[in-house]
Amino acid sequence: MSTFLALLARDARVARRNLVPLLIQVLLQPMLFVFIFGQVMTRSGFLPPEYKSLLLPGIIAISMLLAGIQSVALPLITELQFTREIEDRLLAPIAIEWVAVEKILAGVLQALAAGLVVFPAAWLIMGGVELSREHPGLFAAIAIGISLLAATGGLALGCTVGSTQIGLLFTLVLGPIIFFGCTYYPWSALESFPLLQKLVLINPLVYGCEGLRAALAPQHPHLPAGAAIIALLVWDSALIWVGIRQFRRKTIS
Amino acid sequence: MGTGIRTVELRKTFTSPPPAATPGRHLGFTMAGGLKRRSRKSVHVVALDGVSLEVRPGEIFGLLGPNGAGKTTTIGILTTKVRPTAGEAWIGPHEVWKRPVEVKRLIGVVPQTPNLDFALTAREILLFHGAYFGIGSAARARRAQELLERFQLQERADQLLLGFSGGMLQRLSIARAMMHDPEVLFLDEPSAGLDPQTRLLLWEIVRDYHRRGKTILLTTHNMEEADTLSERLAIVDHGRVIACGSPAQLKASIPGGFVLRLQFDATPPELLRALGALATVRELRPGAGGGVDLYADRGGALVGEIARLAALHQVNLHDLHIAEPSLENLFLHHTGRSLRG
Repeated sequence: MSTFLALLARDARVARRNLVPLLIQVLLQPMLFVFIFGQVMTRSGFLPPEYKSLLLPGIIAISMLLAGIQSVALPLITELQFTREIEDRLLAPIAIEWVAVEKILAGVLQALAAGLVVFPAAWLIMGGVELSREHPGLFAAIAIGISLLAATGGLALGCTVGSTQIGLLFTLVLGPIIFFGCTYYPWSALESFPLLQKLVLINPLVYGCEGLRAALAPQHPHLPAGAAIIALLVWDSALIWVGIRQFRRKTIS
Repeated sequence: MGTGIRTVELRKTFTSPPPAATPGRHLGFTMAGGLKRRSRKSVHVVALDGVSLEVRPGEIFGLLGPNGAGKTTTIGILTTKVRPTAGEAWIGPHEVWKRPVEVKRLIGVVPQTPNLDFALTAREILLFHGAYFGIGSAARARRAQELLERFQLQERADQLLLGFSGGMLQRLSIARAMMHDPEVLFLDEPSAGLDPQTRLLLWEIVRDYHRRGKTILLTTHNMEEADTLSERLAIVDHGRVIACGSPAQLKASIPGGFVLRLQFDATPPELLRALGALATVRELRPGAGGGVDLYADRGGALVGEIARLAALHQVNLHDLHIAEPSLENLFLHHTGRSLRG
């Protein structure tokens, strides 16, 4: 246990050292997006004011997903293939599966922290948004589900993607996940594209965004909250399994 | 009471590219089928072909061999990094691949290429390493300070590692391995790339650690290092142990001790017979293209007679090299190849 906590403390120290770039990385893009779509587009009348409350859950979900994936996958890719820095932690007196679990926990915490920062910032930039406060439990459950998705996805990708393919990871994997993730629009908006509407259901981010919508802005159409929770659970469990297996493969030859 | 190391018929066949100890250099692995051909689908590299070793508690033991001989793979198996295909590996009372966590508590590892945590300062690297092993914070801070002083790193202790020289990284790497005071220390090519001064410091530190009753396993392809540091050593080549014993024993096992490597433009059988009949020549090994290795009790004193025989048989002696009794000769004797490739 003390070994596990020491591993976590090491990641916390590194995160604290990189706090400013980390904050910029987490905040800048969502804030620009929120400003253009939540302020410019709505105030000029191209989008109705209600769009703000539709957008906010999506922005929170994207920020958490990216923060979690980046905090786990990017260091892993270099540490596993390049610098082998991870070896010191693999030699710590603890089963290496726990080293992977520690990575997941560190990723979850960073994703949650990103959500906690982006939420009020986006709310302020949009000039206040009417949000429901009736489902705090659901909000917490979905937020944890998304963080776990981000961290386990980061572990699986970080142990699979080569260091030369980092660019591809973002354009090929994260791009479609974000744009087909019901982030900037509700799932029901895809009704006129029946095939696409069914296809996007394999995308875990759909459940994150729709789940947050169910919690924060239930006046908009959204998937049933229970379905979102179950789907996130399935994805999280599958990615934990894949991530730890890939980690074992990468660290033991 | 110290902790010993034992391996029984260790075998390792890599089906994905093996972890190269020295990236960029030629890998001398034996490829299955004898051809260095790599099929597109699968890699099949026999890195260890039945390695049995016994390192006594409290001993400095050396593994000597050329690149790709299997030294790093052996260390990898003993340090829970490489899973053996067959055989057993023991550290003290624990079988490595059945009780890896217990084994990790007992060992410290200095890899050949430093794998230090570049996100931390030198001191933090030691402190966190201590924390991983459950050392209390006061003890951790004290020990880190001691090691930083000992390894002459205190001036840069609170800086990130960017800009550290290779020697400093290597020293920090060794300090880290000693941070939790392990019973068994593994050093993989510890002096590769070190300047002579740092190398001497390293040797002193290793000997000092040994005096405290710790077991040390080091790999090297540096003969001097193997000779001066190890109490016993094993010579490995192509994934096998080809000789094992104290440096003195091993050197004494070479016939004669001196090796004269001769290069003629031709080697008629009468010449070889005459060379073999020279006094004190113990063994004669003709090589390809006019090369002859003579194992003898004398070195330079034989040169005159060799030149005379060459003239007598009307062949030219192009080149001649005399090697005194050394582990290099031992390696040459067992493999027919020079250790330096």
